Amino acid sequence: MESTASLDKTAHAGFDPARSAPASPVICIEPTRGWVAVKLKELWDYRELLYFLVWRDVKVRYKQTVLGAAWALLQPLFTMLVFSIFFGRLAGIPSDGVPYPLFALAALIPWTFFANALGQSSNSLVNSAHLIAKVYFPRLVIPLASVLGGLVDLAVACSLFVPMLLYYGITPGWGILWLPGFVLLAMVTALGVGLWASALNVEYRDVRHVIPFATQIWMFMTPVAYPGSLVPERWRLLYNLNPMSGVVDGFRWALLGAGAPPGLPLLASVFASLTLLVTGAFYFRRMEKTFADRL
Amino acid sequence: MLTGCRKALPMNDLAIRVRGLGKQYRIGGGNRGPYRSLREAISDTFRFPFRRRPNPDEETSFWALNNVSFDIRRGEAVGVIGRNGAGKSTLLKILSRITEPTTGRVELYGRVGSLLEVGTGFHPELTGRENIFLNGAILGMRRSEIARKFDEIVAFAEIERFLDTPVRFYSSGMYMRLAFAVAAHLEPEILIVDEVLAVGDSGFQKKCLGKMENIAQHGRTVLFVSHSMQAIRRLTTSCLVLSGGEVVYDGPTAGAIREYERLQRLATETASTYVANPPPRHSHVAQASVITSGPYGQHEWGHPLTFRFTLHFTESSQHFTFSFQVMDEQERPVIHCYYIHPVTKADYALGPVERGTYQVECHLPHPRLYMGRYTVTTWLTNRRSNQLIEKLSGILAFEVTMHEQPREEYERHPGEAAYVEDWAWSPVQPVEVGV
Repeated sequence: MESTASLDKTAHAGFDPARSAPASPVICIEPTRGWVAVKLKELWDYRELLYFLVWRDVKVRYKQTVLGAAWALLQPLFTMLVFSIFFGRLAGIPSDGVPYPLFALAALIPWTFFANALGQSSNSLVNSAHLIAKVYFPRLVIPLASVLGGLVDLAVACSLFVPMLLYYGITPGWGILWLPGFVLLAMVTALGVGLWASALNVEYRDVRHVIPFATQIWMFMTPVAYPGSLVPERWRLLYNLNPMSGVVDGFRWALLGAGAPPGLPLLASVFASLTLLVTGAFYFRRMEKTFADRL
Repeated sequence: MLTGCRKALPMNDLAIRVRGLGKQYRIGGGNRGPYRSLREAISDTFRFPFRRRPNPDEETSFWALNNVSFDIRRGEAVGVIGRNGAGKSTLLKILSRITEPTTGRVELYGRVGSLLEVGTGFHPELTGRENIFLNGAILGMRRSEIARKFDEIVAFAEIERFLDTPVRFYSSGMYMRLAFAVAAHLEPEILIVDEVLAVGDSGFQKKCLGKMENIAQHGRTVLFVSHSMQAIRRLTTSCLVLSGGEVVYDGPTAGAIREYERLQRLATETASTYVANPPPRHSHVAQASVITSGPYGQHEWGHPLTFRFTLHFTESSQHFTFSFQVMDEQERPVIHCYYIHPVTKADYALGPVERGTYQVECHLPHPRLYMGRYTVTTWLTNRRSNQLIEKLSGILAFEVTMHEQPREEYERHPGEAAYVEDWAWSPVQPVEVGV
């Protein structure tokens, strides 16, 4: 939007009306053209707003639903049951030597987080139209808050692993320390796509109909119901350009020791997801100035 | 850019400097609505692969703000006044960095806080306490700052007992008090305030006005938009008057209010009367006026309303009929008054008239129209030949106000009702449910 340093600390620190004004403006507002900087510094200045928006979303979500936290458990739990019956039992899909229910759950939990985060963030700007029309803050805060809000659900859902691992008598190895890294990868991917989708959603209102459909297709392109090892070796690198396959493989390896340890395919996933994030952030910033007028 | 800002060396005590500011809005061109669809965008790309984007000039556009320049000194309280659509909101939105200007430049010498609305981001499910923190953060306060002012905010809003109740259980008065209380404790160096004082009961309004006065006296720069000339007079020393997106006056408040009232008169004076100019060759309405309780088409609710028409007939007939409709802002007819003979009440026609000019009045002793703006549509027909001779629409603009009907708790808003009816409730009584 505006085109200069947001807050020139030296210029306005120790405000005293009796003193003479600073020589240079604190804020300059001018029309901008084309691509603009992402301005991470300003985003950092607004971290408290980000915190409160996440806090609000989580609080309201848990207050408003009858089931509250149980909702975050039921969604992956039931999907796991359905997958186990239809894909595991009836279709007899292999599961890299781990019990199929556990195999499915290890993928469904990060996938559910990703799908919800993407769904929430792609509609986040449209849902916050009122805020955008009345208050200034870096708009990046809004999709970011929707993605971060999903982390609480993810943490709740992860508690499902404890009884499941105990039941099947599986003890995770040191690989489990990698888990936060895979969560981060899922977050970065969701945010990257979320930035594109939310900004496009302001300009083109039919994007919101495309997202659920695209998410569904995406799930089948990700080894959620089947092992990634089914994909022929020569296609594997290309297949792993889908960052979510890196996340799902990673979760399975970290928790269950199934599949190969992180290697080149994971690097492909990281590369793809960072590309999504960076391009998404720049596209978002480019479109940002039109948000208030379009919403 | 930062370097651009550094170049400017302003006067020492400047708070806001605006140069050549303009904002162009597009009104969706062609058959396209406000939003495009991705499907359209994709199919357009295939149909016109080499055209980058429709030229903005091809679409209908208008300048909401045009070449606006002014300076505001530190510690000054400046009012912005103007009729609806003059560009006030657009100016505030640009200064608040909500929307970007199309041309020009603004320099702000200080931390800016803007209140375009109170209670932005309030969530009905959250408690009063939670909303104070949330709303404070949205307005740009630090958490520590909110915590420090928390007790003061609660005391100002007078909601101590309901602090841990979700705000959806609040009365609208309590809600607005809390919302304003948070906003009033924002302490930036430059404060931009839109019409937010018009909240709550009159007692609370006075308190808010006092608070605002306080802010202005403490050396902060305040830019204040209001339709209340009383508030403008009390809070500001100088004003900008906007009209049609341009600054038409920049100076002391007294002169600004005179200018505003002159513009107001100009706009309504011409609108609340109608003169056929040039007069058509067929029978027609030569003049029309609406006689409202106040001057310039301002009408206070409940007072009698009179419509006066001068009709000119170019032929003699006993089959002319005349009627008019009062239309609301959405062009919906609200009242239809057709001529009936005052004594016989039988015939809808005007009766036998010769060639010439006649006057007729329609009197509404107790109009119940709710507050809002209205216009009149007239119908002059010949029933025998079943011919519509003349239809005028959008004439006799008048505005119904409800200043004499204040409501406790919260003030009346346009669009809440079409009419104010007489009503009577029975007292609430317990009833047996079931058998």
